[in-house]
Amino acid sequence: MSTDAGYFSPRPGAAPLARQVLAQASMEARLMLRNGEQLLLAVVIPVIVLVAAVEGAGALDLDFSRPPVDVFAPGVLALAVMSTAFTSLAIATGFERRYGVIKRLGSSPLPRSGLLLGKVGALLLVEALQVAVISLVALALGWDPALGYLPALLAVVAGTAAFAALGLFVAGVLRAEATLAAANLVYLLLMAGGAVVLPASAYGAFGSVAVLLPSGALGEALREACWTGGVDWPAILVLVVWAAVGAGLTARTFRWE
Amino acid sequence: MPGSPSSPAVVVTGLVMRYAGKVAVDDLDLTVERHTITAVLGPNGAGKTTTLETCEGYRRPQEGTVSVLGLDPQRQRRELLPRIGVMLQDGGAWSGVRAMEMLHHIARLHAHPLDPEELGERLGLGDCGRTPYRRLSGGQQQRLKLAMAVVGRPELVFVDEPTAGMDPAGRRTTWALLQEMRDDGVTVVLTTHHMDEAERLADQIHIIDRGGLIATGTPLELTRGGTSTIRLVVTKPFPEGAPDSLRAALGHRLEVRTISEVSLLISGPADSTTLATVSAWCEDNGVLPESLNLGQRNLEDVFLELTGRELAR
Repeated sequence: MSTDAGYFSPRPGAAPLARQVLAQASMEARLMLRNGEQLLLAVVIPVIVLVAAVEGAGALDLDFSRPPVDVFAPGVLALAVMSTAFTSLAIATGFERRYGVIKRLGSSPLPRSGLLLGKVGALLLVEALQVAVISLVALALGWDPALGYLPALLAVVAGTAAFAALGLFVAGVLRAEATLAAANLVYLLLMAGGAVVLPASAYGAFGSVAVLLPSGALGEALREACWTGGVDWPAILVLVVWAAVGAGLTARTFRWE
Repeated sequence: MPGSPSSPAVVVTGLVMRYAGKVAVDDLDLTVERHTITAVLGPNGAGKTTTLETCEGYRRPQEGTVSVLGLDPQRQRRELLPRIGVMLQDGGAWSGVRAMEMLHHIARLHAHPLDPEELGERLGLGDCGRTPYRRLSGGQQQRLKLAMAVVGRPELVFVDEPTAGMDPAGRRTTWALLQEMRDDGVTVVLTTHHMDEAERLADQIHIIDRGGLIATGTPLELTRGGTSTIRLVVTKPFPEGAPDSLRAALGHRLEVRTISEVSLLISGPADSTTLATVSAWCEDNGVLPESLNLGQRNLEDVFLELTGRELAR
């Protein structure tokens, strides 16, 4: 039977993995940025926190050894990473499970490793945008960072790994609505008490515990990078441990459907 | 020879699947020949979706074996997946994704996809291309999911209840598209609980019930055999022992089955004399026929004869 001419004549094949991952990353990033609530979480809230903290510190005459914007800008960058890698990722993944997206992609040529890489790519794309916007606002407020690009990048990557692993764990064990609630609640708790925006030193005795939280560790690592241009290795180690714990929990419990 | 172009596209042997102690698929044997439209027909809960999802590699066979395009859907999943297209019954797209954006995305995962724009046009998605998935009508969602299943130019597509929720025009478009795919050399496996869909569309039909295969054949093979059927519906319930007394009146050449307390199915070599006999029996037994139909056996009757139950419930 000659079937060469038909419109539907089979010509199956997977696209190269890199192209699939890129497609998945750009798709997920677009969906994240299109969602109003997620955009609020990703950009609007961090910018408001930054402006309010800088202005508030000036008004309250809080005593830091450096200008308020230098104190708060790295912390707000940490907050932005946390909102995307943890809260947005958990919520998006929870609803992907609910709507059968992950199941459907499971029968596409995209392997699960490709799906994970795509998610990581989407997170990094959104984070790049967040860092650009927040940095511009901070610079406008007079931010004068040490140019520790590589230490800052290391902190963001380690923080993303830790929060993404924990976010996927939450999305894998809870239903979509419960994930939504839990991811937002954890975000609020860590924003208030997790030494992310405020330095751990501002928490008194609790500070030594706060630096062991992923939020505190990411905050401290970014502050170190932006204040001295150096690497806060203990904080990076804390993030790596959290990433390993989260990945282990996720691997044991995650259900793709 | 496994995997050669002439070997069957799907071979299921002795498949058993249980969930929470309940048997969903019970020792099922099933073969799908290449370049056919094969319908897996059965009532809801018969085990159709479970069987399909095992072929698609979602579920591991608990007993028995499944071979798809000569491959093991579990162990050779990565090799198999690019070659098949899948239309799931539920979900499958982000709620906020635009219709054509979703189709483009699936196309990008494949090496030689169809042009998504042209395919979308053919399936009537042109008007709703920028509509978010959650705002599409049920029929539009189905057509998008069908497009997603075929855009990668697969050798074999599994479509689970493809026309559920579609209007008559959508069903006709879908049927025509599946037939064209078959003519172009694609193997199509669909599940349905609509006997008219199976009868009009399929080259081969597997009827399954309670997880087991109960009949296999072409629509013609399944419905012929010199048999006709008479459906008798009466205005008030039949008297005690009605099937037996009717069978006796018909001279035991025909099969009489109770469908409900007011309807009977008579099958066998029925003709107009049979109609007269049934009519006379009604008068003798004081029942008033509401309708008395002599017709060619259809798949509905076949299913009823095989299981004693109605199909489309």
